[in-house]
Amino acid sequence: MFQNEEDTVIDSDGRQERAKEKERKKERDRKRRRNVARRASSARKEGKELEDRPGREERRGRKKRDKEGKGKGGEDERQEEVKNDTVAKTQKNFSNENTRKLEQKEIEVVGEEDGDTEEKRKNGRSEKGGKKEENGRGETVEKKQKKKRVETSAEHESSEEEEDEEEKVGEEKPEVLSPEELEKLKEEVDERKKLISTLRGKPWPMRKKLLTLRESHEFVEKYEGALGKGKSRKLYAYKVMMLKKWMKFQRDFENFKTACVPWEMKIKEIESHFGSSVASYFIFLRWMYGINMILFGLTFGLVMVPEALMGRPYGSMPRKTVPRADEANAMDFAVLWDFGGYAQYSVLFYGYYNSQRAIGWLKFRMPLSYFLVGVGTVAYSYMVVIRTMARNANEDGGGDNNSFNFSWKMFTSWDYLIGNPETADNKFASITTSFKEAILEEQESRKDDNIHLTRFLRVLANFLVLCCLAGSGYLIYFVVRRSQKFALEGLESHSWWERNEVNMVMSLLGMFCPMLFDVISALENYHPRIALQWQLGRIFALFLGNLYTFIIALMDEINLKVNLEREEEEVLKLNMTIWEASLYNGTLGVNSTAPPITVHPADIPRGPCWETMVGQEFVRLIVSDTMTTYITLLIGDFLRAVLVRFLNYCWCWDLEAGFPSYSEFDVSGNVLGLIFNQGMIWMGAFYAPCLPALNVLRLHVSMYLQCWAVMCCNVPQERVFKASGSNNFYMAMLLVILFLSTLPAIYTIVTIPPSFDCGPFSGKSRMFDVIQETLESDFPAWFGKVFSYASNPGLVLPFLLLMVLAIYYLQSTSKSYKQANLELKKKLQTQNEENKKKTKMAALKAAMDLEEAQKAWSEAPRQQRNNNASQQSYTDREKKGGEHRAHQGKSDHQIPPSATSPPAPRGHRIPGPLPGNQWQPAPSVQRVPNSQRH
Amino acid sequence: MGTTASQLGKDLLSEYQELTFLTKQEIMLAHKRFSELLSKEDRNLTSVPMEKVLSLPELKSNPFRKRICHVFSTSDMKDGSLTFEDFLDLLSAFSDSATLEIKSHYAFRIFDFDDDGTLDGGDLEKLVNCLTGETEDTRLTPEEMRQLISNILEESDIDKDGTVNLSEFQHVISRSPDFVSSFKIVL
Repeated sequence: MFQNEEDTVIDSDGRQERAKEKERKKERDRKRRRNVARRASSARKEGKELEDRPGREERRGRKKRDKEGKGKGGEDERQEEVKNDTVAKTQKNFSNENTRKLEQKEIEVVGEEDGDTEEKRKNGRSEKGGKKEENGRGETVEKKQKKKRVETSAEHESSEEEEDEEEKVGEEKPEVLSPEELEKLKEEVDERKKLISTLRGKPWPMRKKLLTLRESHEFVEKYEGALGKGKSRKLYAYKVMMLKKWMKFQRDFENFKTACVPWEMKIKEIESHFGSSVASYFIFLRWMYGINMILFGLTFGLVMVPEALMGRPYGSMPRKTVPRADEANAMDFAVLWDFGGYAQYSVLFYGYYNSQRAIGWLKFRMPLSYFLVGVGTVAYSYMVVIRTMARNANEDGGGDNNSFNFSWKMFTSWDYLIGNPETADNKFASITTSFKEAILEEQESRKDDNIHLTRFLRVLANFLVLCCLAGSGYLIYFVVRRSQKFALEGLESHSWWERNEVNMVMSLLGMFCPMLFDVISALENYHPRIALQWQLGRIFALFLGNLYTFIIALMDEINLKVNLEREEEEVLKLNMTIWEASLYNGTLGVNSTAPPITVHPADIPRGPCWETMVGQEFVRLIVSDTMTTYITLLIGDFLRAVLVRFLNYCWCWDLEAGFPSYSEFDVSGNVLGLIFNQGMIWMGAFYAPCLPALNVLRLHVSMYLQCWAVMCCNVPQERVFKASGSNNFYMAMLLVILFLSTLPAIYTIVTIPPSFDCGPFSGKSRMFDVIQETLESDFPAWFGKVFSYASNPGLVLPFLLLMVLAIYYLQSTSKSYKQANLELKKKLQTQNEENKKKTKMAALKAAMDLEEAQKAWSEAPRQQRNNNASQQSYTDREKKGGEHRAHQGKSDHQIPPSATSPPAPRGHRIPGPLPGNQWQPAPSVQRVPNSQRH
Repeated sequence: MGTTASQLGKDLLSEYQELTFLTKQEIMLAHKRFSELLSKEDRNLTSVPMEKVLSLPELKSNPFRKRICHVFSTSDMKDGSLTFEDFLDLLSAFSDSATLEIKSHYAFRIFDFDDDGTLDGGDLEKLVNCLTGETEDTRLTPEEMRQLISNILEESDIDKDGTVNLSEFQHVISRSPDFVSSFKIVL
């Protein structure tokens, strides 16, 4: 019966090819064939399989031939074939992933001993067809069949389900292409599209992927046109075309974006030499560079350029002119280096900006822009840092850290980026030691030697570190105070050292204290990873302490100046009127109608401008920090490397291997340096708009200099740490720094009144008054009203409350999700255990059945010739299973390999179908032949 | 296979882009490197023998280089030679944007030294030997080896059949924080 039906199928196919009928007709044909196929498969399900095998084999062969001959027409046929094969498992909700797993299992069932299953899977379909014809023996053919099923099922499973349903519709109305059918077809096309888009995520060889892609493309193109009629058809076609164009554009844009990322090659080179941990520093540096570029763009485009182009020019008013007293040496390099002289009275600093509300023909609101850019800088930084942290946290996956200690060491410890033999050797050594350490730890986890001594040493170490921190804090405070005294006395009378004491002391502390900490931490005897974290924490505390002492000292100074200013303001204003009056008096006598006297703005007395002073301090700090970094790099790395390299020829011990040796690249220290540098930028950017620009320059130079230094004078680390583990740790530090550095800036903005004669906010009692001013004068009256209503406490407080509640709600939901994850994990584990039990039972039963079968076999030898093939293959399979089990050795659980329960990867995250459902067919498949026999 | 990147057809290029995790530039670069490997011999060959592939600096010091070639090779002789498409498959699986799924799949096949679909004791032993390098002093003693393997099986072998299969492997790998970042090869 199969034969006949199959013939009609082929006939219809031939017709189809010959006549090239309309699409509708074709569709009908396909449906009819599918019905045939369905009947056939259902018949097979009833157990006729065994008798019909030879016939099917022949049929298959023919079909293969047909397919090879026809090419294009073969596609439909193949689908149908797939249907034949896979009707047995019509579980609708299978995701592709699950099918793949099933596939894996079946392979294990089918060909346990032939290790080249994978290779065979890779071979093209046509080759397989050819082989099949050559092989006469039923056993191998059956195996191939299975494999075939396995292969094709995963490929077409998704679309096939759709077809199944579609077919039912077809049975009802075979003549017209009803809307439902259209819908189905559309779904199918969509399915294909989905397949196309997910194809790259499939672990298939390229040839197969290409074939599938082309097939799917063909299919989509063929049937896409059939969708929609008349107008809607055109529209649909247009939509599809646009979609294609859009996809192409997106891809090109992606390509463009990746092409725009700078320093890719440099970083890659470093990656291959030093592994991913050193490279992670450079990636971080590049990320920082990107952020600073944007900050720079903001300040440069919205503050500095407008003021320089449209504001009043240099020399037009006192705040934009170098005072007469300093004019003589305002252009000296030493003065400029300190950002005094002309540098101080330029767009680089706060004091230069005018408080004029709107400037230029654009009516650019300068003070408002200045304020908003300041706020925007901080807001943008927060956004970026938090977004990155969230993304990292997603990638981290979280979860149990200790449960897979050994497995992770084993499976994930090799860094595939390493391309340098020396680094590879180091990596080998570090992996070996980590293995040994882990084993030792495992053995000695119970007994620990002299815990009291260790504890004492650790407490001592922490005490020493605290002393260091306190000492450095006091030193900085002392130095800043002293510098204030010097400043009051006048800088000219002091030496270079006394003038630059603060910055130098801070830089030196930052350089030497970490070394001291390193020595101290040797006392503690921690595990290297923990020791690294302690070290980072201590350096962090040191830098933070230093920065804050500096700021507190600066704050003192500001308060001093502000008080001074207030007193001075009155005096000064009085003075100025007297002074002007005296000028007038002088000239009054000569000509009373003379034009108003113009006094050169350099001569007009002015008050101290504390904002500019703060900005200058920060700029100086950054510059000296940068210099120290570069000089340490040159001396500590380059000079050391040169000395070691060349003195080694005439030295009494081996310098390269012995004491000085080459330096290693200190990832954590460098990252911390970068973070603190960024903190200073955030802190000072409001008072010195040039800071982001300066930082961009610094980072740019750093990139090249450090890349060069790393490649030419550093050796790979002995312990190659992984990068990603501490990634969010650094980010968290950045966030803390961001918060801590915006704190003083915001404090000064909110509480301290701006100077009366310099900066964009002069004449206002507080800096943020500029907002109110804008609201009043630039917006219609109703807006101001609305704003004032919106900002009254009655509305703000509930809003704040709402936000707090929202945060609380989100927090608790995330907690409950975590809980759910845990539960799912537990469920998974219990499911696994149950599965194990079940498979054990199944295996036992199968073994018993087998024994009985063998008994029967021996009693009535060669009775059932036609059953031979299946039986043999079955026993064969069993034997293979047995062999496999024997091969596995020690384990006393007799589980056939087919039943190894898969703990779906990430199963606890995606609540997909539980493993129990997946493999249940497996035991039944095994038992089928037996039940037939009895 | 052509000698210059321009000989890579436009259609083919876009298909490759669709099928791999690589960008256009990366595919072009891969093609260039691949043709360089070919250029010394006669150019009619479509596949590069394994020794040539192993001479790439990116693979030179990788202890799994031979396994990588074998896993990605589709040649019938099983000599580990790579065609350009195999080469692209390799780069795609090791690229930055490849998914954890595909990375772990290939990692499993790389670690599965005897190609039997599971990681058994023998596979793990070979794996450890690969990781600890060739020299004598970095090798583990048999006792340590035994301990290590039993520990690993204890952790990862969830169904306790004495081997680690693909799903168990993926289960373990998916929680690892640095697998995706280190399972990378960039040309």
